[in-house]
Amino acid sequence: MKDATLKRLVQALETGEASSVEIVADCLERAERSGKDVNAFLHVDSDDVTRRAEESDARRAAGQTLSPWDGIPVGIKDNIAVKGQPCRCASKILEPFVSPYDAKVVERLAAAGMIPFGRANMDEFAMGSSCENSAFGPTRNPRGLDRVPGGSSGGSAAAVAAGLVPVALGSDTGGSIRQPAAFCGVVGMKPTYGRVSRYGLVAFASSLDQIGPLANNVEDAAVLLDIVSGSDAKDSTSLPNASTGCAKALEGAETNLKGVKVGLPKEYFAMEGVDSGVEKSIADSIELFKSLGAEMVEVSLPTAEYAVSAYYVIATAEASANLARFDGIRYGARAENAESLIDTYLRSRGEGFGEEVKRRILLGTFVLSSGYHDAYYLRALKARTLFRRDFDAAFANCDIMLSPTSPTVAFKLEEKTDDPLKMYLADIFTIAVNLTGCCAMSLPSPTLGEGGLPVGVQLMAPPMADETLFRVARTFERSIGGDA
Amino acid sequence: MGDAGDRFDVRKTAELARIELDDESANRLRSDMERIVAYVDKLAELDVDGVEPTCHAVPLSDVLRPDAEEPSFSRDDILANAPAVVEDELVKVPPVIEQ
Repeated sequence: MKDATLKRLVQALETGEASSVEIVADCLERAERSGKDVNAFLHVDSDDVTRRAEESDARRAAGQTLSPWDGIPVGIKDNIAVKGQPCRCASKILEPFVSPYDAKVVERLAAAGMIPFGRANMDEFAMGSSCENSAFGPTRNPRGLDRVPGGSSGGSAAAVAAGLVPVALGSDTGGSIRQPAAFCGVVGMKPTYGRVSRYGLVAFASSLDQIGPLANNVEDAAVLLDIVSGSDAKDSTSLPNASTGCAKALEGAETNLKGVKVGLPKEYFAMEGVDSGVEKSIADSIELFKSLGAEMVEVSLPTAEYAVSAYYVIATAEASANLARFDGIRYGARAENAESLIDTYLRSRGEGFGEEVKRRILLGTFVLSSGYHDAYYLRALKARTLFRRDFDAAFANCDIMLSPTSPTVAFKLEEKTDDPLKMYLADIFTIAVNLTGCCAMSLPSPTLGEGGLPVGVQLMAPPMADETLFRVARTFERSIGGDA
Repeated sequence: MGDAGDRFDVRKTAELARIELDDESANRLRSDMERIVAYVDKLAELDVDGVEPTCHAVPLSDVLRPDAEEPSFSRDDILANAPAVVEDELVKVPPVIEQ
């Protein structure tokens, strides 16, 4: 059942062609085998997933399935809590930690009978764009093993692309679902901020973080998003009336895009450092949109070039506060032989955090420190208002916007590890979406880029327009012969 | 905003952030941070006079859940993650008040 769509798996389960135990045994076997090369999972508890699969098969035999997707496994990023499983955020400081509770999204998966599968590798605390910042070794891109899978949800994207699981959950703070989806040639979606509860997601930058789906096709992404979304009393930032109707919206997807206005932000198309293969592929996608009857309009995001700067101020400031909790006292790794409380903090954090996490905590501490707060943090928050105004003005003239997801195809391992700033600039097209709370999706562009590697086309829509995004993406996918 | 290197004091910032750094990583982080701070200095070009700050993507406020009793984590579950425990019921910590 490798690479089977959710629809196909549902059918196999319903007709008895396959049991949940058989499906997860297949996933376990492939995950085990790919450990040597792709290395998408840090940990897989085969007893736990097998037990859950047996329970699912028993429910099915008794005619008591919890949903059509009962018994289907879902890859889980290592920063999303599953009770009784490690939740290390790919960090040494959380190496001994076992979660005492389920994240809300995991609770919702379980309520549908779905099986949380493995701990997908990531950049430590979701800080990175290549999955190389994992304390437990990098994940490799299934489309080219000398390439990174992108990040930070690199394990989730690689697991789906390699057919280890049919779908997976990731988290996106500045592009961490969309960029790895683009690099691995799968669909990745960052929902409107507040649509999915963050309860049980280890916080990186609370005002930007959002959990979302990675899948082989648009419909599967919609199904998974619907299952995990909805308001939650335990997340005060979850939207009170978030709908769960993305899959339903696809039923009405047209075979053409007549009447849809697609905005092309001119600043994004004037950015330097974009691969010519990516440019060519995105141009092909634009032609396809036109041939489907969409109206292409030029729009402008005048402050776009400041988004990366503002992001690295806001995200690191929030991170420096959020990661203060990892102090070696109540949970996680504690440095041995420290002489005092302060020494325990200093050494536990010095030993437990990797280089990139230290860099970002230091930047966040600096921009919040006395004398620099107004020049950096407050100024970045004001810039965020300008980004929002730009996006509002652009969306007044179009239904969705289109751009590349990433300026390049998947780069080689170690190609950018010596230059953090270069790594940050890999996020130029994805970051503003988080700052403005919009929703966006990366889906495979029909033509490959440099080295025959996948290119992602990013579609962006205003907050709460997730359904529009899915409908347009579905029509586009269908036109290139995507899953029917 | 002047030269980034003059403003960013890696030792002082690391102390505020409670992160111990050895000399090698302090040196490396200092040079990285000077470049990163110089890059984010670009924000100074933006005219933000009279612009209100945006702290959150969704402006929700005073969100409360019902004040209802519900089960909490058991002490055993929480202590299972503690690095050091006293008498199976307390988290053991290093001396808070120095001698």
